[in-house]
Amino acid sequence: MFTHQLPDFIVERREDKCIKCRVCERQCAFEGHEYDEELDRMFTHEEKCVGCQRCAVFCPTNALVIRAHPAEYRANANWTKEKLLDLKKQAETGGVVLTGSGNDKGYRIYWDHMVLNASQVTNPSIDPLREPMELRTFLGKKPDALEFDINGDDIEMVTELTPNVMIETPIVFSAMSYGAISYQAFKSLAIASHEYGTLFNTGEGGLPMELRKYGKNAIVQCASGRFGVDADYLNSSAAIEIKIGQGAKPGIGGHLPGEKVSVMISSCRMIPEGTDALSPAPQHDIYSIEDLSMLIYALKEATNYEKPVSVKIAAVHNAPAIASGMVRAGADIIALDGLRGGTGAAPKIIRDNVGIPIEMAIAAVDRRLREEGIRNKCSILCAGGFRNSADVLKAVILGVDAVYIGTPALIAMGCTLCQKCYTGKCNWGICTQDPYLSKRLNPEIASQRLVNLLRGWSLEIKEMLGGMGINAIESVRGNREHLRGVALEDWELDVLGIKGAGEV
Amino acid sequence: MSSRDCIKDMFLGDVRKVDELIKCSCQKGDIVEIDATSLKHKELNDLMREYFLKGAEKIVVRNVVGHRYIGTRLNISNPNPNPKKIQIDIYGTAGNDLGAFLKGHRMVIHGNAQDGVGNTMDDGEIIIEGRAGDVVAMSMRGGEIYIRDSVGYRTAIHMKEYEGKVPTLVIGGTAQDFFGEYMAGGRVILLGLNLEDGEKHVAHYIGTGMHGGTLYIRGAVEEYQFGREVGIVDLEKEDWKILEGKIKKYSEYFGCNADEILSGKFIKVVPVSKRPYGKIYAY
Repeated sequence: MFTHQLPDFIVERREDKCIKCRVCERQCAFEGHEYDEELDRMFTHEEKCVGCQRCAVFCPTNALVIRAHPAEYRANANWTKEKLLDLKKQAETGGVVLTGSGNDKGYRIYWDHMVLNASQVTNPSIDPLREPMELRTFLGKKPDALEFDINGDDIEMVTELTPNVMIETPIVFSAMSYGAISYQAFKSLAIASHEYGTLFNTGEGGLPMELRKYGKNAIVQCASGRFGVDADYLNSSAAIEIKIGQGAKPGIGGHLPGEKVSVMISSCRMIPEGTDALSPAPQHDIYSIEDLSMLIYALKEATNYEKPVSVKIAAVHNAPAIASGMVRAGADIIALDGLRGGTGAAPKIIRDNVGIPIEMAIAAVDRRLREEGIRNKCSILCAGGFRNSADVLKAVILGVDAVYIGTPALIAMGCTLCQKCYTGKCNWGICTQDPYLSKRLNPEIASQRLVNLLRGWSLEIKEMLGGMGINAIESVRGNREHLRGVALEDWELDVLGIKGAGEV
Repeated sequence: MSSRDCIKDMFLGDVRKVDELIKCSCQKGDIVEIDATSLKHKELNDLMREYFLKGAEKIVVRNVVGHRYIGTRLNISNPNPNPKKIQIDIYGTAGNDLGAFLKGHRMVIHGNAQDGVGNTMDDGEIIIEGRAGDVVAMSMRGGEIYIRDSVGYRTAIHMKEYEGKVPTLVIGGTAQDFFGEYMAGGRVILLGLNLEDGEKHVAHYIGTGMHGGTLYIRGAVEEYQFGREVGIVDLEKEDWKILEGKIKKYSEYFGCNADEILSGKFIKVVPVSKRPYGKIYAY
């Protein structure tokens, strides 16, 4: 069918700079550039450009400029260009519009409406460069109280502690499966978490045998497809996560297309080669909190009660009540994934319209669990839309124990948020199973970029904490006095549990 | 009393130490007998693990009344290319998730089993001399399960095979709805031995979303009972060979006549496509 689509981007080639080296042609898996030998000229196919900037970065003479295509329809506040083009695409195909990465719509970003406190005169700030500053965090259930036997100098703790995982900074890598991302990207996350002393999350695609040595830094996922889940996989981990939902696509499953299920992915996921890897929307053994409890304890049984078990849900309207049920079902960690959480592939209509902002979910869940007196029985992890270290610190102040970062990790490795992950043609070698593309990502270098990111954010968090006069991340967790809202309505302040700026 | 005090952990609350539980068991050589009458879920599994690690070859458990996860913890954290496999005999009613994540043991249940038998089972054999509840063999990827009577809803959901591992589930009676849903591999044989002459199987949505594996069904079933993603094909020589082998085993376990069962009418249900939902997206 003749397409009515307009190009998304305009590709400008500055002929005076172009040396026809054909680097751009080789770098673009979408076939946006082409060299014509007869005419000795480079051509561009703008309609194929996804705006990933790979060619522009790799052009040795900086001859390429890629920018948004200026073509416009008649201005219409209701019918934006994006809405028109999506509708036309559906008229041409009759399908569900797919997209990748996180929600890009203009929902209010509450991080940008909350400001942090700092010490002035009445209490001194702390200089993290000279004084110890503690970011170490423990994930897992904490006891209600500690009991000791004291016999003179001999003091022994009687309370039995449940398993906890120690991380050096309250930042862990989000669930991204081998299959959704390339082996190289997956390995980079593993190496970086090992080097920095934090965790990566295998997603639901299993953990390749040769990467099991990074198991002590892995949260291994058990999702509805049960891909790659067996007793050895579970036992190789630092913690286990039951995936109920994902922020980018709450309530629906995932389809890894058969052409991506290579020999290696088949072996890692323990599924037939070339067959679609279908994750059903629900876990078919979980239709209630009682059923969830059954799986939580099945996983604990399979690992001899040595691993904390996390349950991940998408942040939805009644997340607080669900979270309470999850804790009562035996979850040691609760993971919340918000409205802006990323994905390798999701129906756009779901990604852009389902779920609630993570800021609201964190505050509401933390409050509910405190009110019920069970906040200590779990750690809270959150994901979905963290862009810098200030977002992380604000989340901790709203009550979480640690933050999952997915998109920031991908950006650190090279991602430019072109949102074409679902095509499998990632020019940056991240979200692809094409060996020609994935070998572009060197795990040694990519993991170094990730370690640098963790280090940079951790240093910034220490600086901000020091400014508040606080020397341990523990001391700001849930300490809402250190946040104030700006330009927020009363109900928003209420849900967040913070005062407005200027209120004392 | 705060709400905190109300939470009683149904698995970990008041669990006794293994030393205190030894009195519920006795050992004769490599064979261990456990009386589960006074044991909680975790206590039974603690005790079984203790004997497993000590080298027991066979564990007999009596008076099982819904104890969960039997067999699940009988693995050792360090992956072993040749893990030890033992025989487990259960008298009574096995509880939910019997043999979940099972790794190679052989379990015989002299009685019924509740939900989740063989959940994500990897290898081994489960034989049930009775019926089983819902979600039997969910995501099972290896080993064999034989159930004498009927099973509940959502049987063999997302069962799968890979690298030469082909799981098998044989059910003597009938199954409820969503039988073989999302199945990605393996073989399920439904014998319908409890059906009267001409009586139909009861399941609807058989094989919905199925994209791998095979269902063999003996007895009457109408076209409207199937999901849209499957087709019915004739049995070939290979299929009869498979059926003969498995049905002989079934008959041996439960004392029936294999030839009589094999003389019934069988159909073979296979997925139409390995990619049932490949065409619903706009790229």
